[in-house]
Amino acid sequence: MTDALLDIQHLRQSFPRADGGEHLVLDGIDFHMEPGQIVGLLGRTGSGKSTLLRLIAGLAEPSGGTITYLGQPVHAPPPGVAMVFQSFALFPWLTVLENVQLGLEALGLPEAEIRQRAIAAIDLIGLDGYESAYPRELSGGMRQRVGFARALVVHPNILLMDEPFSALDVLTAETLRTDFLDLWGEGKLPIKGVILVTHNIEEAVLMCDRILLFSTNPARIISEIKVDLRQPRNRLDAQFRDLVEKIYVAMTERKPAPAKLGTVATIDTVLPRVSANLLSGLIETLAAPPYVGKADLPVIADELHMEVDDLFPVVESLQMLHLVEVEGGDIKLTDFGKQFAELGIDDRKRLFQRQLLNYVPLAAHIRRVLAERTNHVAPKSRFLDELEDHMSTEDAENSLRAVTAWGRFAEIYAYDDDSGTFSLENPT
Amino acid sequence: MRVNVPISVGGWARLFSRWDVLAVLLVLGLLVFLGEASRNLLEPLVELQRQPPSLDPRHLPEYAARTTLRMLIAMVASLLFTFTYATLAAKSRRAERILVPLLDILQSVPILGFISVTVVFFMALAPGRVLGAEFAAIFAIFTSQAWNMAFSFYQSLRTVPAELNEAARTFRLNPWMSFWRVDVPFAMPQLIWNMMMSMSGSWFFVVASEAISVGNTTVTLPGVGSYIALAIEHRDLKAVWWAIGTMLIVILIYDQLLFRPLVAWADRFRFEQEAGVLPPRSWVFDVLRRSRLVDRATEPCAALWRRSLQTHLFDRKPAAKRQAGKSGWVDLLWAGIALVVCAFAVVLVVRFVVQDVTLTDVGTTLLLGLATLVRVVVLIAIASLIWVPVGVWVGTRPSVANMVQPVAQFLAAFPANLLFPIVVSFIVAWRLDPNIWLSPLMILGTQWYILFNVIAGAAAIPAEMRAVGENLHVSGWLWWRRIALPAIFPYYVTGAITASGGSWNASIVAEVASWGNEHLTAAGLGAYIAQETDAGDFHRIVLGIAVMSFYVVIINRTFWRPLYFYAERKFRLG
Repeated sequence: MTDALLDIQHLRQSFPRADGGEHLVLDGIDFHMEPGQIVGLLGRTGSGKSTLLRLIAGLAEPSGGTITYLGQPVHAPPPGVAMVFQSFALFPWLTVLENVQLGLEALGLPEAEIRQRAIAAIDLIGLDGYESAYPRELSGGMRQRVGFARALVVHPNILLMDEPFSALDVLTAETLRTDFLDLWGEGKLPIKGVILVTHNIEEAVLMCDRILLFSTNPARIISEIKVDLRQPRNRLDAQFRDLVEKIYVAMTERKPAPAKLGTVATIDTVLPRVSANLLSGLIETLAAPPYVGKADLPVIADELHMEVDDLFPVVESLQMLHLVEVEGGDIKLTDFGKQFAELGIDDRKRLFQRQLLNYVPLAAHIRRVLAERTNHVAPKSRFLDELEDHMSTEDAENSLRAVTAWGRFAEIYAYDDDSGTFSLENPT
Repeated sequence: MRVNVPISVGGWARLFSRWDVLAVLLVLGLLVFLGEASRNLLEPLVELQRQPPSLDPRHLPEYAARTTLRMLIAMVASLLFTFTYATLAAKSRRAERILVPLLDILQSVPILGFISVTVVFFMALAPGRVLGAEFAAIFAIFTSQAWNMAFSFYQSLRTVPAELNEAARTFRLNPWMSFWRVDVPFAMPQLIWNMMMSMSGSWFFVVASEAISVGNTTVTLPGVGSYIALAIEHRDLKAVWWAIGTMLIVILIYDQLLFRPLVAWADRFRFEQEAGVLPPRSWVFDVLRRSRLVDRATEPCAALWRRSLQTHLFDRKPAAKRQAGKSGWVDLLWAGIALVVCAFAVVLVVRFVVQDVTLTDVGTTLLLGLATLVRVVVLIAIASLIWVPVGVWVGTRPSVANMVQPVAQFLAAFPANLLFPIVVSFIVAWRLDPNIWLSPLMILGTQWYILFNVIAGAAAIPAEMRAVGENLHVSGWLWWRRIALPAIFPYYVTGAITASGGSWNASIVAEVASWGNEHLTAAGLGAYIAQETDAGDFHRIVLGIAVMSFYVVIINRTFWRPLYFYAERKFRLG
């Protein structure tokens, strides 16, 4: 019997929190990988997909559970697992050739073989003629090709890709995806399996054989979707569109985290940092034709050129404020939402103020504390400490920033960054 | 696959290119220089006294060579120190807790203090030989170079982008390889800048390090520094001019032969990947790079070097699972050991000082320290008033900035002793108060750091921001208050911190001045240390050094550090 390429069981990852508790990032991850597959890890930024990828790469130790690669437990970067980074992570002081050779040098191969294999990888990935260029001379797409060549040259069993196309423009990203799929389909890549982290639903459907959907806070696998479409896949194909729609529905109808989805936000709800302008913008778009109050999420995402990562926080914020409702992959303006769209700036602020105080407990809480104090001033640290009892420091910081920005827009309190204090006084 | 022919086959038409000829000359020149300068190292000290340094300018080339060689050896030592000390501090959490504050203190100890205390030890290393004295001088120079290089390297190591480290780890580079492939290249541009600063700094103390006089131990090593000391003793103005000229030439030479090529070479290590800015050029670097001979000669070394990076000696051990409880226990033990060592050191120092020092002495030094503090504060304020406007004016004009930069760099290297003739004659002629009029010497070398940084800050003001200013007709004082001063503030603070620390250090050279038999002294901690060094009173030297370190550390912690964080948070652009 041969060992599985990769086997993950009951994996969890957590970090200690300020109050002594622990902040859970990944929980109960089970996953088994067979050779010959491209597996997509799909979820929002901060959903722990990248953490999972780093655990597989042996860059971090999990808090619990096991990762087994070819029958061996992973504790340090294992041989035969290579990674392509979102930010390319090329060494700017090495030429293209030297960057590609690096992993082979680390293996201690003879110089002739290093050179021959590096040149072969460079040829394969379409970088001929760029061998002596430095990364800073290359465009983003060419840089990521170097990233691919550098990973492929060590002939890894598993290629890990951490949002490899998200730092590229749309056209370049598409070219790179197609080139990669061509090479993979023709069996020219010296790899057995690929794990792709992405937050782009269409990218996942386009490239993967299996898609694992992740929830956030903590990240769990909420469903697994098999993609049986034949390569090359067509984005306009009806089956393709259906699959995209299905994933949208699955991602907006997650059961495990009801607090996040709006109706009952509590003080420990992590607030997304979304500007009031974006909120108004989406409401106006929804209110105007052709949507007139109701739209299909994938359609509107496409229309606005927003990826899941950009769109979902806006949708969730509006949902939390009871300005929209989301059901079955559709987004719909509530009566408040419709009112909001028609009002002028001052009335909008008044409506927003009401929704904020009614439905975002943190905003109401800050307002109440300020009202109770005789001088109507409270330091930011007071609220930060309170939030950190419920969430990670980073989430607490972000939530407080979000509620600060919304509170400023609604003019329910003021915040002075120099002194780090909230107050009820507005500068006149 | 391409196969390398074992001889160069590029341009067959000519036997040697002109680059080869130049390269050979450069290499031969270097060898001759090393041989010349290191001659009679092993001679007995008596030999040195038999051939006293002379003011004959014909000796100056040899003196210059010796001084430069000392500086270069000290530079190599500083690099070794930097690579080990800073790496340890950056990679080990436990070491960091002790090493970083320690470096802070070391930096605050006046350079002359190191000389006074260590000279006897170094002389004992090679008794009766010139080598011992050379060690002492080189160590003194080392102390004027090493600390800021180590700091720079430590800070670079801390800021290596996480994804580069991750890439290095997934591609399974061993720690030795990732040190040379990731850490050192990333830190290189900043490190080279600090090396240049360090060279300037060591010129400032060149007299103190070559004409060593501690109590009865007097050593004069042949070099530019001792030449200057002699010239001052003999009131020989012509010799002072010769010394200035020599310094200028030496600085120009090593700038061209060493630092320009280094800067041009290190340009590839810049992490920011923007194209467009013109890369720094150096003819020496071009020569060495284009020469096929040099290429041939260095290739075997380079190959060997590459192989050494692959050695398995430094392989990472498979990380065992960390146990939280155990780590806490080791931390406790570590803190305990540190505490014991500290207590022991305190006892040692107190016992050493107490033997001969009364409470009155402590009070006196503290008061003298206050006097020096007042000088430093006033001088930094005056220098800021002058150099901030100048720096902004220069920085907003790139063509002027390119011309001013090298001049200021030379001025930063200018030893205070060279101005003694002018200052002393002036004070004596006009019967001025040395307490006031000797003070400017303290800031002679360090004021330029304010200028450098302000220029850099002004040059970094985004063009759009200046355009907005013009567009809204913001001008005059409003422009300074709302645009220029806030934009340069973080840079200014960095420069002022360096200048302040350097001025304390310089007080030892600057509060006592002499020209022939005119000796002037200003009341201050620097003069105190200098005088006790002359008298060879080690207890009081240590007391003086301790008090000065105390002042510097307190001021850094209570004033500069908060100001720095404030500036970074509020005014840093982008």
